[in-house]
Amino acid sequence: MSRHPRLGTLVDRGTPVPFRFAGRAYTGFAGDTLASALLAAGVHEVARSVKLGRPRGLTSAGSEEPSGLVQVLAPWPEPNVPATTLDLVPGLCAEPGTGQGVLAPGGGGPADARWAHVDTLVVGAGPAGLAAALRATRAGERVLVADERPGPGGALLDRPVGAGERAGLRAALAELAAAPEVRLLSRTTVVGHYDGNLALAVQRFPYGGPDGIRERLWRVRAGRVVLATGAHERGLAFAGNDTPGVMLAGAARAYLHRYGVRAGRRAVLLTAHDSGYAAAADLAAAGVAVVSIVDTRTGAARPHWYRGDFHPGHGVHGVRGTGRVTGVVVGPLAGEGPQWTVAADLLLVSGGWVPAVQLYSQAGGALRYDPGAGAYLPAGCPQPVEYTGTVPVAPGPVLVAPAGDPLAFVDLARDVSLADIARATGAGLRSGEHVKRYTSAGTGPDQAKTSAPLAAAALAAALGVDPGTLPPPSHRPPHLPVALATLAGRRRGALFDPVRTTALHAAHLRAGAPMELVGQWHRPRYFPAAGEDMAAAVRRECLAARTGLAAMDASTLGKIDVQGPDAGEFLDRLYTGLLSTLAVGRIRYVVMCGPDGMVRDDGTVARLAADRYLVTTTTGNAAAVLDTMREWSQTEWPHLRVWCTSVTEHWATVALVGPGSRAALAGLAPALAVSTVDFPVLAWRDAVVAGLAARVCRISFSGELAYEISVAGFDAAALWHAVLATGATPYGTQTMHVLRAEKGYPIVGQDTDGTVTPDDLGLGWTIAAGKADFVGLRSLSRVDTARADRRQFVALLPADPALLLPEGAALVAAPGPVVPPVPALGHVTSSYHSATLARTFALGLLAAGRARIGTLVYAPLLDGRVVPVRVAAPVLYDPAGARRDG
Amino acid sequence: MLLIPCPWCGPRGQDEFGYGGQAGVPYPARPSTLDDQRWAAYLFVRANPKGPLHERWYHAAGCRRWFTVVRDTATNAIRAPERPDPAGPAAAR
Repeated sequence: MSRHPRLGTLVDRGTPVPFRFAGRAYTGFAGDTLASALLAAGVHEVARSVKLGRPRGLTSAGSEEPSGLVQVLAPWPEPNVPATTLDLVPGLCAEPGTGQGVLAPGGGGPADARWAHVDTLVVGAGPAGLAAALRATRAGERVLVADERPGPGGALLDRPVGAGERAGLRAALAELAAAPEVRLLSRTTVVGHYDGNLALAVQRFPYGGPDGIRERLWRVRAGRVVLATGAHERGLAFAGNDTPGVMLAGAARAYLHRYGVRAGRRAVLLTAHDSGYAAAADLAAAGVAVVSIVDTRTGAARPHWYRGDFHPGHGVHGVRGTGRVTGVVVGPLAGEGPQWTVAADLLLVSGGWVPAVQLYSQAGGALRYDPGAGAYLPAGCPQPVEYTGTVPVAPGPVLVAPAGDPLAFVDLARDVSLADIARATGAGLRSGEHVKRYTSAGTGPDQAKTSAPLAAAALAAALGVDPGTLPPPSHRPPHLPVALATLAGRRRGALFDPVRTTALHAAHLRAGAPMELVGQWHRPRYFPAAGEDMAAAVRRECLAARTGLAAMDASTLGKIDVQGPDAGEFLDRLYTGLLSTLAVGRIRYVVMCGPDGMVRDDGTVARLAADRYLVTTTTGNAAAVLDTMREWSQTEWPHLRVWCTSVTEHWATVALVGPGSRAALAGLAPALAVSTVDFPVLAWRDAVVAGLAARVCRISFSGELAYEISVAGFDAAALWHAVLATGATPYGTQTMHVLRAEKGYPIVGQDTDGTVTPDDLGLGWTIAAGKADFVGLRSLSRVDTARADRRQFVALLPADPALLLPEGAALVAAPGPVVPPVPALGHVTSSYHSATLARTFALGLLAAGRARIGTLVYAPLLDGRVVPVRVAAPVLYDPAGARRDG
Repeated sequence: MLLIPCPWCGPRGQDEFGYGGQAGVPYPARPSTLDDQRWAAYLFVRANPKGPLHERWYHAAGCRRWFTVVRDTATNAIRAPERPDPAGPAAAR
């Protein structure tokens, strides 16, 4: 512990930073991570393991950390954060992690997103990455370098560097900084690689970014990706290898050189690879007592600088101390032999290095086991992705403990030991993918960067096969955990989804109307008078429409202007009805089917001129219908001369509804002949209404005498005020639903679900007789669509007239007992209170429903009751249509 | 996310496009003359190869036009986009 007087290139000793961990106050330096500051204070135990609750310490010095995961409390609550990458910001407060934790209320703080389009994306700003970036820059390319550390340099910062190397790094950074098309992002982790050479990177701003953001999501589309991601050090499997104070040798070396932190006073090195010696040498030179070196390789040679205990062919067979290493049990690697304990507070381990090829694998790159490297190496990628870096040398034995040892861990993040691997192979599992799922090894937040090679070695040993014969692993994004708040970025709250409002929105808000979300539209649901709840308001609105005069904002209906010499022919092919013969000035109700014969939408078509139609769609399907028109006109019938344009937003529409609507319209439009002879149902007229240029369509979605008046959006408010001034009661979507349901008018998407034909809905009459074809016609005579027991649209009257059936309730044949499986005959699609009928009623789809009219079916409710329901014809109000047509 | 070469707008991200399934499955000239099996084959049966597949895409958030590409379903590599035949698929038959 304690800082080395000179080493530590990243910390600024002139800037102390106070912080709190586990309830205690500490002070580190600017540039520290939480891990380095805690190590400097002598703290190794920073977490409890997720399954076993064992004390855990710091294994690594980077994002590959499997054990030192903490709960951050301030400035932003966040669980499972590696202490090794957590910048020591002022005010940092953290607690030991437990594998679970708490998030910030509202989630993680602000984040935003940016795109980058580059010729070359370099991942990693170590020597290999910077060299690749320089080559690309000199070739005139646009380059993005993403590096997850606080600054460039990579492994150069983890070891002693000569003056030449230091100058080379400075020169490279200067050249990149001067190049016009190079962007070097630090603290930026590439977490995923996807199709089309798209990389996803997360940039962290621990000290606050632009606009106060904490993180930024980069979507980088690259011509070429160079992975200079370096390598991760492999651990060793021995009993007690999870004790705090057991640390990867390279990590201890990095703490020394980056932060000037000595991770212990008395160290033992357990290594299977020469690289362990370099770390031990640096620590020894920095004043750490290296008291014993244990090498699993029998032929290992004593390093020239080292005079102490040296044991080739030996291993560590136990670790003394809980919460902190106090001693290390050393003995021969294999066979019987004396064991002895060495007092120490730090156990350095090294199982050699494994190239970080996870992103290469994510990109679809093949991995091949290389016996010389003792690791998987890149072996070809279908995307322009290349890996650059040093090919490692295979380690000696890394499995020190005997097979089945429950205290020799292969995955610290998931508490998976050699015993778990043995249990998996004992259960007959042989595939690494199966063992992963069985043991959960490799599923931790670290994605097993340090432990996967160990788990693979343990599996190969348990199966008694060569590691090279196991199928290579495949890696999936994300490479490291990403906060959902970061993926969401600014698309939260009001910015989550576009909001569409009508030209009358402000007037509705002033009237105090609660809004209902219909697709992206905000529509007024009802217009409460003082003291009214929704039921009372809807009752009053319904009675006004049925007995007097009412008005609704119908502007959200989709409107498509279809023009061209072949417009009629085009609509004939898409809709069930015949529209080429529709007279100018007239309107027809229409149904659109998919090729499968199922109802996709309904609406009206008004013929404006010989070559021009106005098609209306349901509010929610407007975009889909326009897309359908484009698809057929572009792909199947490009020879038809027709153009389709959305005019939904161009027109504001007010429905004037009720027995009083004709007189009201006559008052608003004195020049318009409104008698039913002059202006019959399903006709339209251009007129001046309330002094505004308008189109009036005699269309009823309520069953009452009604007119839909459309004006330019700019004139909407003037029209609405004029209409209300006639005494019309404004009503919202809830009353609209009740009125249309009383008339048995289905709503596509509520009463249908993509399995309903026009005939099922009782709309077979919309199919024009004698049409040779329209989209979906052939399907209506398929065996399945012609079945007599198809679910048909009916009205449902609960025997108890006060009982409101829940929408979605199932319908069954018998009153019970309801013992599954009970065949469902259908379900309730719409259900309301009706002021006009003085009872509740519902609509639903019922097997052979029309044949069941007058009979009882039963609806099991969630409270256990099974209630009787009488089946009726779908039109409960004015079946003859006299009120609409009068 | 695929990078899809729209023949009018150039390469754009997949989130701008709608998928149209296998290409080259034209609407039958006279559906009423087909028996149920042949009609069902048109409606429901599509190729599902591991390898090159001619498929339709719709540039919904761009030029709003349909086109055809060849995508390798194993590697997601996309070849030569094609604009629709102005004479319609019937002409290609």
